Amino acid sequence: MNAPAADRDAALFRYLLRLGDTSHVLCHRLGEWCGHGPIMEEDIALTNVALDLIGQARLFYQYAGEVEGKGRSEDELAFLRPERDFNNLLLVEQPNGDYARTMARQFLFDAWNLLLFRGLEQSTDPRIAEIAAKAVKEITYHRRHSAGWVIRMGDGTEESRRRIVAAFEQLMGFTAEFFHMDDIDRQMADAGIGPDLSALRDPWMADVEAVLAEATLGWPTATWSVLGGRHEGRHTEHLGYMLAEMQSMQRQYPGLNW
Amino acid sequence: MTPPRHPRPKPSGAALPDEVFAGFAGAPMQVQATPGPLTVARAQAVLATVPDPEIPSVMLPDLGVIRGVEVTGDRVTVRMTPTYTGCPATDLMQMMIREQLSAAGFAEVVVDLVLSPPWSSDDITAEGRRRMVETGIAPPAHRATDKRHLTGTVPEVTCPHCGSMATEMTSAFGATACKALWRCNDCREPFDYFKCI
Repeated sequence: MNAPAADRDAALFRYLLRLGDTSHVLCHRLGEWCGHGPIMEEDIALTNVALDLIGQARLFYQYAGEVEGKGRSEDELAFLRPERDFNNLLLVEQPNGDYARTMARQFLFDAWNLLLFRGLEQSTDPRIAEIAAKAVKEITYHRRHSAGWVIRMGDGTEESRRRIVAAFEQLMGFTAEFFHMDDIDRQMADAGIGPDLSALRDPWMADVEAVLAEATLGWPTATWSVLGGRHEGRHTEHLGYMLAEMQSMQRQYPGLNW
Repeated sequence: MTPPRHPRPKPSGAALPDEVFAGFAGAPMQVQATPGPLTVARAQAVLATVPDPEIPSVMLPDLGVIRGVEVTGDRVTVRMTPTYTGCPATDLMQMMIREQLSAAGFAEVVVDLVLSPPWSSDDITAEGRRRMVETGIAPPAHRATDKRHLTGTVPEVTCPHCGSMATEMTSAFGATACKALWRCNDCREPFDYFKCI
């Protein structure tokens, strides 16, 4: 293989891991609600969303394994990489907290993810385009659900409002990562493989602002922001604990299969 | 306006067609390795007996997940698309297709998973919709391209039990990725609604 092609494949591999890791980690967080949901319908809803996310993660991991060309399976990529090699968004590894925290996290993510996947639908890479075309339908449904809860809690009782406001204050600082691009992101955008992430900021803010307004909420006042997960594998303390649990079976029984 | 009336669902599995049980453990094989030419038509006839594992009254072709069948000699290739990316029934569907086509005499069965174009609830046939109603599941109320879908307007869903339009959604998500939970305010029965996607 010539050098530019190898370089492009290495970048694409990392880009696919970012997509897969983000879906996978959020899937696991939502799965933690299984059996603990506030009401039966929401317990079911969160595990349904988790199911869509693991489906999407699998498709990205499978493709990543093929691009890498070292014969690594989706399970090896998901369960045998250490924390520093994970490139999920910091937002999605944040603990579930209460239901307001889970739904605020979900809505901030869904609104961005929908824009991202609409961009990926136009990808010059046909494999990514077809995964995205399928996932966009599912994500549309997720966003509608999480937006509904933000509105219900913001425009609900004093207690629900207090909780959802606190949740947005705690989480908004992690959204800077949505729009921050590194060389790999730029390389993918230049090749038409993925969208220009910085261009997603305005439509994302418009969507979030509109939902917050309907929820009778203002934009959070927190001004801090943090980067590092998606590009560099520098995570908050929470991911390591999650991976320790999530990967324990595959680490204890290497090659374990269903 | 008088809503259309549908018959109540059959109360027990005993009254369901035999195909409902095809492919499950303990069920009699529906297709035996009978002599005869191995044609596309034969493969399609076999597929028409393979049920959706989660909605067993609906056969896979009626669910709209079969995208093509090719036969070369005694080798058959089936192109199949998943309903949802994470649908756990996808693996089972592939297994059941392999099982049934092998039993029908095909020496080699290949099931290719295709993603594009993505599956839509519009791909469910009229027969698939009829079977859903019979098992107490309300089929998608409109086409996926309907603008009500884009705006998130809640559809008007007919109760599969009594035919009333006085229904409401209780949860946007249901027992499987493809369904939502609804209830009827006339007959007071809860029911599954097949999501429009």
